[in-house]
Amino acid sequence: MAKPAKVLLNVPAVKADFPILQRKIRDKRLVYLDSAATSQKPQQVIDATSDFYSRYNANVHRAIYELGEEATREYEGAREKVAAFIRAKSANEIVFTKSTTESLNLVAYGYGVKGKIEKGDEIVGTVMEHHSNHVPWHFVKDHKGAVLKYVDVTDEGMLKMEQYDELLSKRTKIVTVTLCSNVLGTINPVKEIAKRAHEVGAVCVVDAAQAAPHMPIDVQSLGADFLAFSGHKMLGPTGIGILYGTAEVLEATEPLLGGGEMIREVHLGRASWNDVPYKFEGGTPNIAGVIGLGAAVDYLTKLGMEAVRAHEMEVTQYALDEIRRIKGVTIYGPKDVKRKAGVLAFTIGNAHPHDIASILDVDGICIRSGHHCAQPLMERYDLPATARASFYVYNDLDDVDALMAGIRKVQEVFA
Amino acid sequence: MAASDLYQEHILDHYKHPRNKGPLPGASLNAKDSNPLCGDEVVLHLKVDGSQRISEVRFEGQGCAISQASASMLTTIVKGVTIPEAEALERDAILKELGIPLSAVRLKCALLSLHVLKLALRNAPDARA
Repeated sequence: MAKPAKVLLNVPAVKADFPILQRKIRDKRLVYLDSAATSQKPQQVIDATSDFYSRYNANVHRAIYELGEEATREYEGAREKVAAFIRAKSANEIVFTKSTTESLNLVAYGYGVKGKIEKGDEIVGTVMEHHSNHVPWHFVKDHKGAVLKYVDVTDEGMLKMEQYDELLSKRTKIVTVTLCSNVLGTINPVKEIAKRAHEVGAVCVVDAAQAAPHMPIDVQSLGADFLAFSGHKMLGPTGIGILYGTAEVLEATEPLLGGGEMIREVHLGRASWNDVPYKFEGGTPNIAGVIGLGAAVDYLTKLGMEAVRAHEMEVTQYALDEIRRIKGVTIYGPKDVKRKAGVLAFTIGNAHPHDIASILDVDGICIRSGHHCAQPLMERYDLPATARASFYVYNDLDDVDALMAGIRKVQEVFA
Repeated sequence: MAASDLYQEHILDHYKHPRNKGPLPGASLNAKDSNPLCGDEVVLHLKVDGSQRISEVRFEGQGCAISQASASMLTTIVKGVTIPEAEALERDAILKELGIPLSAVRLKCALLSLHVLKLALRNAPDARA
């Protein structure tokens, strides 16, 4: 399928925006293939955070002076940018947290443990979730007696949708699913999943940590009630996460943190909450992180998320084609790039993934190895660990070639 | 640094042809631990004779070359030594045997088997009693 040339990225120009990519590792060019763990940061994001500290550092929302007003304007401006980025109806549907993990915990605790979930209510997840979309739901089971059910995956790494239908019932109150697997790269049919969840009266929670950085997201079209993602995987700073929720479900969610900012009135022994989303943002927030996230959203928006996705499909297709030419390498997850993000999990014969990563590291190639915080999925495939390369806007076909050369080197060492 | 600096022939040899690997029926001391970061796993089985000497040792496990080669090397070190000698074994003994530069993360792989040995020895009858 030929793509119009204009949608693809100018990768040399993109690379030039990332100062870390100029770095040498043991005199070798840095080949960064671990963006699914965290992305690198462009100069624009680095400048935005350092500008805040060097030019208008002040606390947000309450200061009656110029610096505070500037800080508040940038902070709330970032909320508007994030809302537009995922096509939310309103910036009031965007809650800032510290991570996807905190966002999912806020839903599990505020909507589940302290909220609507009762004994015997059912929560449907999947075996391909990251630990951060497993463990918070264990809390709801432990504290409220909720029943957890899981949709299995096929050997190719797709959700068993017919099994999902069987698990749904009037007892289902929450369906929680990742939009994109951090191991297999599988892009799940969340629109369909949410639609069926709504048909039985359940809300749909979406983990978009691996999706939001890499493809266009429209929360309204998806039908997500909650959607969580992280700044640091999408060119932004660490320590900033996002929880999107519709006005309806956010109103029904209790806050995690009590303290400043999140209150309307406080008296001895009792308090009332501020409006959504501020009731979830107790304490001084990560202002620099939010402003940096805003700059990251600007950067991605300027590239165009359609172009980002098209570029990653091209790189991933090339990687799949090349890796399949090497005998003795096993790859996991779907092979069709239309259903797969730029995540490539693989094993090489008797070489342990940690040894693969060590040998690649010698040549300045950064990949991940291990269980990828997805132990239930690894158990499903009876794998102790895999190696994983992941691609982003600054990766090109040369990076893929470097990976393939590294894989051949691993095979030589373990021959 | 080249890949061959880390994966030297003697390490690969121990990884591909591990010494003293397998179950050990009748072992008096057994211990197991894993490295949650990597999923490396080492199980040690020891037989101790009447004079507090480790007469037989076997290991089982799975994981990276560094963890499994070091476990194999460890068995060759402790076979025939006394319990107090094994208790006194220090990390440098293993690291010297490996003889490669290791990052902090890989150090955990390298020292897993020594940790398992110490766990097993906790249950050893006290020779001084």
